Amino acid sequence: MTKPKPWISLGGIGVFAVLLLAVAPLVLTDHWLNNVGKYCCWAIAAVGIGLAWGRGGMLVMGQGVFFALGAYSMAMHLTLESAGDRIPGFMVLYDPLAPLPMFWEPFRSAGFTLLAIVLLPVVLAGILGYALFKRRVKGAYFAILTQALAVALATLISSTIRETGGDTGLSDFKYFFGFVLNDPANKLMVYLVAAGLLVLCLLAVWQLYRSRFGELLVATRDAEERVRFLGYDPANVKLVAFVVSALMASIGGAMFVPIVGIITPAEIGAAASILMIAGVAFGGRASLFGPALGAMAVGWGQSSLGSTWPEGWTYILGLMFVVVILFLPNGLSSLPARIAAARRKPVEQPAPAPVVAELEEVRS
Amino acid sequence: MDALIAPLLNGSAQGALLLLAALGLSLTFGQMGVINMAHGEFLMLGAFAAYLVQQVVTATDLSIPVALPVAFVVAGLFGLLLEITVIQWMYRRPLDTLLVTVGVSLVLQQAALQIFPSQGVPVEKPGWLDGQLTVLGYGWPLRQLFTILLATVCVAALSAWLRYTSFGRRIRATVHNRDLAETSGISTRTVDRLTFFTGSGLAGVAGVAASLIGGTNSQMGAQYIIPAFLVVAAGGIGQLKGTIIAAWAVGVALSFFAYWTTGSLAQVLAFILVIVFLQLRPQGLFTVRTRSLA
Repeated sequence: MTKPKPWISLGGIGVFAVLLLAVAPLVLTDHWLNNVGKYCCWAIAAVGIGLAWGRGGMLVMGQGVFFALGAYSMAMHLTLESAGDRIPGFMVLYDPLAPLPMFWEPFRSAGFTLLAIVLLPVVLAGILGYALFKRRVKGAYFAILTQALAVALATLISSTIRETGGDTGLSDFKYFFGFVLNDPANKLMVYLVAAGLLVLCLLAVWQLYRSRFGELLVATRDAEERVRFLGYDPANVKLVAFVVSALMASIGGAMFVPIVGIITPAEIGAAASILMIAGVAFGGRASLFGPALGAMAVGWGQSSLGSTWPEGWTYILGLMFVVVILFLPNGLSSLPARIAAARRKPVEQPAPAPVVAELEEVRS
Repeated sequence: MDALIAPLLNGSAQGALLLLAALGLSLTFGQMGVINMAHGEFLMLGAFAAYLVQQVVTATDLSIPVALPVAFVVAGLFGLLLEITVIQWMYRRPLDTLLVTVGVSLVLQQAALQIFPSQGVPVEKPGWLDGQLTVLGYGWPLRQLFTILLATVCVAALSAWLRYTSFGRRIRATVHNRDLAETSGISTRTVDRLTFFTGSGLAGVAGVAASLIGGTNSQMGAQYIIPAFLVVAAGGIGQLKGTIIAAWAVGVALSFFAYWTTGSLAQVLAFILVIVFLQLRPQGLFTVRTRSLA
């Protein structure tokens, strides 16, 4: 398959940026702009999944963990900011006299919060990834372990009602780093920050994909042992991709909080983590735009169909997984190329063969 | 003494339930390399089958023994259907079977939610499971003992089947060397289907046991699938004895953690324990030595 020139993709990012940052605020109502902002947050996490899974072959089924790190860091700061000098309302409800939990204290500082949003996922993913990849844990084991972590974290948050708000989560934020969140102008600003971060993440993976690192990552995905015999350590390559994807999930989570106004364990648990994967699979795991656009589409489905017709939406989501993975393992973004290939050589080249071969894994 | 005996016995029963849930997985995941996330929903199907059997066979003393084979066949047939329609095209992409079956599990969960009441259905416990057995002063519920017995019977039957029957030999041959098995005249397609049928059917049996201990609802499969996978992974691929030990250890650990802390914290701690264990032994408790690099 011929690769498109990198500059064409860069142009694509430019068009995408103009659409998100200039056109959308002009044509969309406040309500829809807020929704698009929410989809942008999922898309940021999805871009990271595209890097780790699509290019790196690591099926990260627990990105909710890192999404939660960013989201809860931000939510704790905003809760404290809204509460002022007092103890947050939901804590008073459960135990009026107890002091603020220790780990909340540093989140009073805006600088610490921003640092935590970046450093917490990097450190956690770094330790976890180093431990797992150096021991050559991969494939299904890796996927199940990450999913187990997401389940564990969601359970932990649900059960610590006084410290984290439990199942009701954290909500009722009034200020965002000093700005009143109810003000439409500030809402627009928050949206622009989220959309801008999405464009930045796309630029980052665009650069990573065309770098030597990107080639090494794809090589590790397709033939890990061969990469090892060539003298590279695949663990390091995978570790970097995993850490970057964790960071993106955290950023997505952090922006999710001021835009949506609430964070609960349901947004980060196993089901939410799978939903993040769904968008990436749907859009095209290994492509540049596929994960972001797929996540936005799934986000749209989730928040519109998911609330008006929840039964149907679950069926659609489930069947989408089956049909897309079975017939279009590279997602919708591979559709044009496959149609073109089928049209060019209708006889000698059956269309599915090259795509399947590309993603084939060696059975151990 | 009571502080030690109670969690130990409860944990053993919990481990037996985990073992039942993981047994089918150790067949399909361990032997065939298929990662079936819908396995939990097959378990759910078994539990609902038990409920439906009770609507027909009203004598509760009799209904559970009848439900066990029915649940096995129902879940097994669903598994067979899944293998024929989807999985057979994906043997070369094991990681993708995981995602496809996630989709299947979403559909099955939603279907169960719509067919049955959302709060779940009651599965009546037969009278002969009501009593208690006094062990060193602790009244041990008989249904926990029943779970352990059921798990023992299933493990014994499965290992005897794998070891002594001709189908068992064919399964082992296919696992060890698919190409050689095929050349020796074994229909690996038939073997795959039969293995998947059996693995899924075992999930159905586990579902009946689970319906006697916890609630029967559309979400019950989701809570078993991750622990069951962790048990199979910690036990080592394709190793029944590893799965047995791992299931028992996880069950007892869960029970002790729950005794010392709370139920949800216990789950978190048990997960972390398994993850740390896999860090020390990435191949699980027992490994089949191969010369493959992976």
